[in-house]
Amino acid sequence: MSVLAWVQNAPLTGLLLTLAAYRTALTLSRRYHGHPLANTVLMGAVMVIAVLLLLGMDFQQYMKGAGFIQFLLGPVTVALAIPLYNNLGRLRKSGLPILLAIVIGSAAGVVTAVCAGLLFDMPRTMVLSLAPRSATTPIAMGVAEVLGGIPALAATFVIVTGIIGAICAKPLIQLMRIHDDVVLGVATGVAAHGIGTARVFQLSETAGAFAGLAMGLTGLFTAILAPILVHYLML
Amino acid sequence: MIETFIWLLAYQFMGEVIARSLGWPVPGAVLGMLLLFITLCARRGVPRALRDNIPRLMTHMSLLFIPAGVGILAFWPMLSAHPLSLPILLVVATLSTFIITALVLQLGLWWQKRRRPA
Repeated sequence: MSVLAWVQNAPLTGLLLTLAAYRTALTLSRRYHGHPLANTVLMGAVMVIAVLLLLGMDFQQYMKGAGFIQFLLGPVTVALAIPLYNNLGRLRKSGLPILLAIVIGSAAGVVTAVCAGLLFDMPRTMVLSLAPRSATTPIAMGVAEVLGGIPALAATFVIVTGIIGAICAKPLIQLMRIHDDVVLGVATGVAAHGIGTARVFQLSETAGAFAGLAMGLTGLFTAILAPILVHYLML
Repeated sequence: MIETFIWLLAYQFMGEVIARSLGWPVPGAVLGMLLLFITLCARRGVPRALRDNIPRLMTHMSLLFIPAGVGILAFWPMLSAHPLSLPILLVVATLSTFIITALVLQLGLWWQKRRRPA
């Protein structure tokens, strides 16, 4: 077996590549003082894609190693309970408005995507795959399947949505002149799930905690609301 | 570090088992988060294994999304079929979702404050 074939198929390649790309993205992000466009997920993924194309590797070969990193999303999602618990006081005080905002935000996530998709006259399967894009990946894939969309395509829309939300969260909240980390967290968690949560954790632990909560509940409400909303919007 | 991972993986495991046995469309990890949160509330405190290592872990959460971001590569042909409308749609839908959520919450907090002056 040639060296190139080994490189292309070794789990080591995907693993090392992802860590190196992230480390480089982190350095760049720090150099630009956490500028929103210097997003670590976006820059990291672009660097990995460039190297994969250079080495002639496909996504399956890459995931042999990168799968280990993706697996850690599970335990880290569980760990979001801890910063949330540390913010218990604020959660008790503002629980009702937060819940209301998450329900309306979840519905808005579905309605905006479906309406825009119909407006642009996109294929039906694409609109149905777009509908659950605010939910976290596993929920969005399940919902897309129920609706009649393509689960893997839905997963891609989820990622792009997350990156857009992560980039825009800070400038947008400043533009709206809101100085409350709880509002920043909840809005980011609803609009941009885990990727947004990871981003606002870099800004404030409180924002990260509420983003994590909003992400979990948005997934839940999207699973419940998306089939109903899509049914009425796409008659 | 070992204890930290046992805690987290055990709660994810419980979440997965419960979600699957009840047939709920919720990811096990999200359910695991809620279960751990309930446990912490009942214990009235965070155990040491979770208190010391978690903050460092959370600052690097972005790393874990890079593989999923690379997944865009696999769907490039389908995405590039709508080079203009798809990016516009995703940006507009995401930003309006963010703005709507933030406004509703801001309004709710303001209303709550007015009814219950601190």
